[in-house]
Amino acid sequence: MSDENTRGAAAAEPPASGPRICSLPEGLDLVSGRRLEHVDIAYETWGELDESRSNAILICHALSGDSHVAAGKDKHGAEKPGWWEVMVGPGQAIDTHKYFVICSNVLGGCSGTTGPESIDPTTETPYGLRFPLVTVEDMVDTQAALLDRLGVKKLLAVVGGSMGGMQALAWVKRYPERVRTCVGVATTPRLGAQAIGFNEVGRQAILGDPHFAGGDYYGGEQPEAGLAIARMVGHITYLSDESMRAKFGRRLRNRDDLAFDFVTEFEVESYLAYQGRKFVERFDANTYLYMTKAMDYFDLAAGHASVADALAETPVRFLLLTFSSDWLFPTYQTKGLVDAIRRARGQVSFAEIPSPYGHDAFLLEPEEQRRYIEPFLARAVAEARVGTGTLAANEGGEAL
Amino acid sequence: MTAADLLRADLQLVISLVPQGSRVLDLGCGDGSLIAHLRDERGCDVRGIELAPEEIAAAIARGLSVVQADLDEGLSGYPDSAFDVVVLSQTLQVVRNPALVLREMLRVGSRAIITFPNFGHWKVRGYLALKGRMPVSESIPFSWYDTPNIHHTTLKDFRDFIAANGGEIEREIPLAAGEWRQEIRQVRFMPNLLADTAVAVVRARG
Repeated sequence: MSDENTRGAAAAEPPASGPRICSLPEGLDLVSGRRLEHVDIAYETWGELDESRSNAILICHALSGDSHVAAGKDKHGAEKPGWWEVMVGPGQAIDTHKYFVICSNVLGGCSGTTGPESIDPTTETPYGLRFPLVTVEDMVDTQAALLDRLGVKKLLAVVGGSMGGMQALAWVKRYPERVRTCVGVATTPRLGAQAIGFNEVGRQAILGDPHFAGGDYYGGEQPEAGLAIARMVGHITYLSDESMRAKFGRRLRNRDDLAFDFVTEFEVESYLAYQGRKFVERFDANTYLYMTKAMDYFDLAAGHASVADALAETPVRFLLLTFSSDWLFPTYQTKGLVDAIRRARGQVSFAEIPSPYGHDAFLLEPEEQRRYIEPFLARAVAEARVGTGTLAANEGGEAL
Repeated sequence: MTAADLLRADLQLVISLVPQGSRVLDLGCGDGSLIAHLRDERGCDVRGIELAPEEIAAAIARGLSVVQADLDEGLSGYPDSAFDVVVLSQTLQVVRNPALVLREMLRVGSRAIITFPNFGHWKVRGYLALKGRMPVSESIPFSWYDTPNIHHTTLKDFRDFIAANGGEIEREIPLAAGEWRQEIRQVRFMPNLLADTAVAVVRARG
């Protein structure tokens, strides 16, 4: 294992200026049984690892995210906002003055980490659909290899929303000894039929695009229409009836009367079209296929009789948050996870945050999340520094 | 002054009733001061349930595991006999369905410790008898229309309630506050008239 990117090197480098690349020349064995011979991981870090190496927090991104969770310079040196900068940054709930924050682009992604648009070394052309299907567990294994390179043996917290929360949960199951706490926001131990159904609509829009060309569209016309439709459907699922009513209602865009034509008329149509256009400029259609499939496949109970069985006697302390109007990752699913952790005699705190913003609330309600996350992390790091912490108090209780 | 002195007087009594090293669930745990004390001073394995966000956040800051839940929806997340002790402190009177809450406490815990204000206290009786109005006092400081206390009980009613819902009272400790809220004394003479609050240890019958 290379020592080039040890903690000293990571901390000595200037604050994030575009993602750095960590290579795994040894490759990666995947859950599917297939293997990637070479993996690059694009990652960024903020803050510094403390002397006791007890303040490292891994943030896992959602479907369309990247490593740029907090504000910082991009690869051209220009200031670029972070996708969760309302939560992660100096003085924020996840305070980069206090914590060493790591965020990497997931395996199969399109923002620097090896994925379907990367060059397949055996053919020297982009993988396209020859890229093996990756799972949330494979994403987590990739992150674990990155942490080895960064000299982080144990995380203070693994944090994620939505698909990022699935990774956080997979971390607990896969590497319980490397995680002190897990913060899952608007996430689920497994998608239901409704969410899988919406993912499939997105995939079919891409697969049916005439420019898709079996996934080998790199260098030619992109399947932009299909990817844009996938994004439009996605956006509807991230909002709520209430937030759409407030944001758009039935208002018409730049006109007073109906056109009696199939042009963009309603505000909501215009908004969705804009979101679709913006998305195709920055996202790869094949990655969209791989990410949604990984989400559909994810089941925290996999290989066990139940989620409670999968997490039996887990030493990891959980904080789980949901939003009242989120119908894509509904509260009842997280409550089921809470109950499973309780049955596993684990430590879990849970709250449902009242919000009209649907699934998007995890990006839009920083103060309500901060209320819980800030004290949760502050306590965790204090206990980590003491070494024993109050988890020792559990030893007084009988095992169930 | 120790941390225990800062706890409400009836909570100090509750603490003394919880065996060392017990598994404890506190329903309506507030900022978690009771279970934090039980964890730190008596080596208990503790969990909490609470509704109010600011209270949950305060409990989380103490390193406690607290789940936001409505007690009226039951404790279905917990298996039978998951706890040695389930505490319900000054909360029985605010739930919509006290019988459901009691049965759930006796299902998930070997023992329930319940504290409640005694509506049979002489001051309450006197207030209603003499003024002809719903009692408002220091310990019940709400008007009838905006009170969270929707299920008042007296000591005698409480005994019937426990018996009617499959429980039996192991210990009943009627209390009266002294001049200062910190001092409490046990009431042995005419408790239903003279105690303003009570602590009961309840277990499932049979």
